[in-house]
Amino acid sequence: MTALSSPYAHNNQSVRKVMLQVQLAALPALLAHIYLFGYGIVIQWLLAVATAIVVEYTLLKLRGRPVLPFMTDMSALITVTGLVFCIPPEAPWWVVVSGSAFALIFGKHLYGGLGYNPFNPAMLGYAFLLISFPVPMTQWTMPGEVVGYTLDFMHSAQVIFMGHFDGNSLDMITGATPLNELRTGLSQGVMVPDTLRAHDSQLPWGLNSWAWINIAFILGGLYMILNGTISWQYPVGFLGALSAMAFIFEQIDPATYPPLSFVLLSGGTMLAAFFIITDPVTASTTPRGKLIYAAGIGVLVYVIRSWGAFPDGIAFAILLMNIAVPLIDQYTQPRVFGHRR
Amino acid sequence: MSEAIIPSSQAQQDTPATAKSARWQEYKKIVDNGLWQNNQALVALLGLCPLLAVSNNTVNGLGLGLATLAVLMVSNALVSLIRNHVSDEIRIPVFIAIIATAVTIIDLLMNAYFHTLHGILGIFIPLIVTNCAILGRAEAYASKQPLDRALLDGFFMGLGFMLVLVILGALREVIGNGTLFDQAYLMFGEAARSWTIHLGDDYQGVLLAILPPGAFIGLGLLIAFKNMLDAKKAAKRSNPLGIQVAVTPMSSPK
Repeated sequence: MTALSSPYAHNNQSVRKVMLQVQLAALPALLAHIYLFGYGIVIQWLLAVATAIVVEYTLLKLRGRPVLPFMTDMSALITVTGLVFCIPPEAPWWVVVSGSAFALIFGKHLYGGLGYNPFNPAMLGYAFLLISFPVPMTQWTMPGEVVGYTLDFMHSAQVIFMGHFDGNSLDMITGATPLNELRTGLSQGVMVPDTLRAHDSQLPWGLNSWAWINIAFILGGLYMILNGTISWQYPVGFLGALSAMAFIFEQIDPATYPPLSFVLLSGGTMLAAFFIITDPVTASTTPRGKLIYAAGIGVLVYVIRSWGAFPDGIAFAILLMNIAVPLIDQYTQPRVFGHRR
Repeated sequence: MSEAIIPSSQAQQDTPATAKSARWQEYKKIVDNGLWQNNQALVALLGLCPLLAVSNNTVNGLGLGLATLAVLMVSNALVSLIRNHVSDEIRIPVFIAIIATAVTIIDLLMNAYFHTLHGILGIFIPLIVTNCAILGRAEAYASKQPLDRALLDGFFMGLGFMLVLVILGALREVIGNGTLFDQAYLMFGEAARSWTIHLGDDYQGVLLAILPPGAFIGLGLLIAFKNMLDAKKAAKRSNPLGIQVAVTPMSSPK
């Protein structure tokens, strides 16, 4: 008989279980996306998953690794799911295919597979797409509340694979996201409150479609915090820092800087807060480190949105803080009980 | 001490025949080193700044590659000629002066004959002076070797560097722009306007390949590819029959 030391709690988590929890938590946002923007995201997601299966199989074979255990850890599924939410729902098919392939090959396998990648693969794929294909990546499908209808499955498929539907060009249904409108407005001298007022929404509480997607992400995120899939430090640190920045600058100049509610419920804020920066491989792992890492992303997101060249800064903020993770972890090691620092 | 610097051909002067074959051995080694074993871009990783900056299309790569090749040959030859007349203490400044002279000549020549290409390559032509590969060859090889070898070394080191530049340039141009040999007329005259190969009108260029990250990723892939070929060759040499032994782990004792 060997004596084990306490605690005797059994951690019944595996990579696959965690990943499936995350996929489950993304479901409300997926449903909201379908309801508000149409079926484009479903086709994109299927394309991404098909790409992921092919890429994972090929790369694992090439690297001489056992295929089945690594493919069924479901991490590639989460990577492409995160990526798909960042891609315009009616983007051409090669956008999502090349983005998923880049994310998995260059973001994960070239570094040695899951657990060795310093950068979040989904955000690497997104950054790759933003830089490589700026035009299709900014053509967002307008939600149903703006154009009056959403595309059904067949029409979405036509647009994604052929670039038009029933002879109509893509321009008829695409436009700028609120973050883009704000930026364009500012460059033309339109003040922020005017831009926001010009795009009042018919949806409940006056929140636009993008805000509702963000709220759906909050629901999924709370579920993951409650069942222990993600730690609270990430969203708290990220949203706290982002709110602080937004609050300070709104007080300074409300004509140039958008209000707090807009900052929190636009772009990929909540997707990042609960689904992307919580990636256990690329995020900081010490309790204080988690807060610092997340807060750093929050500040960077606000900086890039307000003064950078891109309307949303999620991808670049996360990649930049990914580089800093080893340093943060080094200096935030918790004190072992009974030891001096 | 002094024996170490004597070239191998002088050390073994027994018969003319063996001296000749030894010389050819040496030449072969120079070629192999320059193009593969000690490739300045893929193995020594020297001169990365121009390599990464101008390799965004084939013609740029070829232009800068040729300029570097010419500078390397001139500087190697001159350094080899003066190697017995310059004292050790001041050799580096002298090398630099020679290299700078060669670069200035090439710079003026390119400005005269390939004016537009010279404009595109811009600061990277004068910056060949600071290409470590050139000073590296002057210090490590040409300053200790006779003229013929130094010249040959300069040519093949330059050729190896140029090939990497051209391959990387072609890779980035095809992926990023969907073309090959675009703007070739800048180097080869009006007749080369039709040389451009288009990948097809539907091809959307992957801008990342043209931008700086594409250079790093592309060079990384080329280095990985070279290392893979070397590893395969080494495996074949150590196991010429290709015998594979499967090892199954024993079941653990109960």
